[in-house]
Amino acid sequence: MKTASWTKGNIWSRLLCICIMVYGCKIPLAAQDTVELLDRIKAMEDRIKSLEAEVAALKAHQGEQPAVAAPAPVETPTTTVTPVAAQPPVEAPQLGGAGAAAAKALNPDISVIGNFLGGVGYGANRTTPSLEMHESEVGFQAIIDPYARGDFFLTFGEQGVGLEEGYITFTALPGGLQLKAGKMRGAFGVVNTQHSHVLPWTDRPLVTQNLVGGEDGISDAGLSISRILPAPKNIFLEGTAQVFRGDTEGVYRSNRRSDVSTIGHLRAYRDLSESANLTLGASYSHGHSFWGDGSNELYGLDATFRWKPLRRAIYHSFVGRSEFVWARATMNSVAGPVMARPFGYYISADYQFRRRWFVGGRFDHSGRFTIERLTDTGGSVVLTYWPSEFSQIRGQLRQTRYGEKLTANELLFQFSFALGAHGAHPF
Amino acid sequence: MKMAIAWKALIQSLLFVLLVFAPGVRAASKVNVVTATEDLASLTQEVGGDRVAVDSIAKGYQDPHFVEPKPSFLLKLQKADLLEVVGLQLEIGWLPPLIIQSRNPKIQVGAPGYIDMSTFCQILEIPTGQITRAMGDVHPLGNPHYWLDPENGRRIAKAVQNKLSSMRPNDAQYFAQRYADFDARLSAAEKRWDAMMAPFRGRKVITYHRSWPNFCQRFGLVVAEYVEPRPGIPPTPSHTLAVINLMLQENIKLILVEPYFDLRTPESIAQKTGARVLVMPPSVGGVKEVTNYFQLFDYDIGLLVKAFSELK
Repeated sequence: MKTASWTKGNIWSRLLCICIMVYGCKIPLAAQDTVELLDRIKAMEDRIKSLEAEVAALKAHQGEQPAVAAPAPVETPTTTVTPVAAQPPVEAPQLGGAGAAAAKALNPDISVIGNFLGGVGYGANRTTPSLEMHESEVGFQAIIDPYARGDFFLTFGEQGVGLEEGYITFTALPGGLQLKAGKMRGAFGVVNTQHSHVLPWTDRPLVTQNLVGGEDGISDAGLSISRILPAPKNIFLEGTAQVFRGDTEGVYRSNRRSDVSTIGHLRAYRDLSESANLTLGASYSHGHSFWGDGSNELYGLDATFRWKPLRRAIYHSFVGRSEFVWARATMNSVAGPVMARPFGYYISADYQFRRRWFVGGRFDHSGRFTIERLTDTGGSVVLTYWPSEFSQIRGQLRQTRYGEKLTANELLFQFSFALGAHGAHPF
Repeated sequence: MKMAIAWKALIQSLLFVLLVFAPGVRAASKVNVVTATEDLASLTQEVGGDRVAVDSIAKGYQDPHFVEPKPSFLLKLQKADLLEVVGLQLEIGWLPPLIIQSRNPKIQVGAPGYIDMSTFCQILEIPTGQITRAMGDVHPLGNPHYWLDPENGRRIAKAVQNKLSSMRPNDAQYFAQRYADFDARLSAAEKRWDAMMAPFRGRKVITYHRSWPNFCQRFGLVVAEYVEPRPGIPPTPSHTLAVINLMLQENIKLILVEPYFDLRTPESIAQKTGARVLVMPPSVGGVKEVTNYFQLFDYDIGLLVKAFSELK
């Protein structure tokens, strides 16, 4: 219907052009009397005006009529035009944006994020290759229907393909609830929820590596429900409850259907001023032991302070963050329950000192899920350069003292780059 | 039997109470509007008057491309009846996660409480041909700084009037009246602004970002070059040199900079060319004095007229 009326409009404007051309040709080119010529031009102008008004009137009328192919009245130019009250020519500026995107409007937003990693030096326990196309993350994101949206993130490593996340989010539930179903990163702390390319480092903190599922973190198939909770004025409080199948490398293993793992997360946020804010979080997770008959529990606390002056938001910012994790692993053996209670944390700070430059540091400390009380500590200094918001180059000097009395000194570097329309990340 | 009658009576009276009081309560409550920018907030306030409560997410003095999607905004969005966005991907980096996390079905994309103002306005700089990010942070759907033409401001106000009237039919008359009043005041202001700018039509200026095509088209200024080599890409030495040469060649004496950009490069250009740097807010709230849509043009045009007159 839209197309039809547009074409019809086009016909009328073409007709108008024909009118003008036909009439224009009638002007005797040899007319010598300028006054006569001027008069004729004036008459022509009036004629054009009345024709324009007629076209406008017809266009307006068109909306009421069904789209019937109008027979082309060839003799229009010669028929006398009833003088319509001289209206100012109807200006029709193009309203709305480009229409070209309409053709592929329903395709999901597709993005690819490349994460290239390199390392120099002695790595001790944590050996990463010298050069590696560590991860290529392909994202497909779209609104599914008026009630939900879908997000898929596939990660292509050098070895194979994995589904990092793939879930549906119901955005129109009553009671301020939000439900997610699919495979997703668990809401345990902060770093666990983030994709590698949004981290301010080339690696993940030791505490994540040792206690919260390593590189992939707690990322499992499950359901997540969250709600904004009532809180004192100006405090944002959000509660999240998740249940997963119960498989996380190095933390949970599910042998039976009842071996599900759970996560509970509470997040409180407050603006300290228009440029500074504080987020505090508490997390709990429980699941079946990875190693045998027993269970594992994780308790987490996180705090994030951010500063970003609004007037110079693109030039300066600061993020200070810390996460503490207490783990409790219980294994049932013949001799009775065996317990391990490792603890770990990291403290990090990142400062943007120029539009394209960031400097940061991180201190790591973490125990391990072993009976022997082995503790790893480490420190990193990071420098990041952003050619644009779609690519970044990063260098990280990292020293790690492993529990086995091994010291690793490494220089890690990273190129990460984004193609296409990658949806913005939540705060 | 008696019980049944009693129930019936109770239900009827409840229904009656609901019917009588519910709309009354509704009509009395204000429409909660959240806008992406302060410009939309100001235009909505003009039309909505005391029947709306308007709040904007981005401040006028911050770069609307880069806003942090802070959870405190979720508290506003959670209660919103209407969300007005600039569109054309201006808010692509921060608004989508806020909308999703708001858990408010009324304002999800495509819902009746979501309104993209760009669909009502005249949009410039719609790129044609192949679009790549080699062009910088390009907006494939057109330049999103369209509110800087008062004609588009009028169109936005009209859209606000229509939307509010459909949401609160009882107040339609009120909104229509307020729009008519706004329209009249805007027409009068436009005459004033046009008259002020008339002597300077055709003057060339340099702008930092591509924020001013609609403004410049409307008031007859010509943007000769940008301080940014490409949209969103910070100034480079070679491009800065090219800008300086162009300014000297064509005797361009004015550099317009949005309040959220660093002044170092524009000032060094100005020093080498004898030009003047004008920090010109492209949005309501960009400077303290500018608290509504009219003041935005009053302020900017005032700045320009003063600068042009002093530069001769």
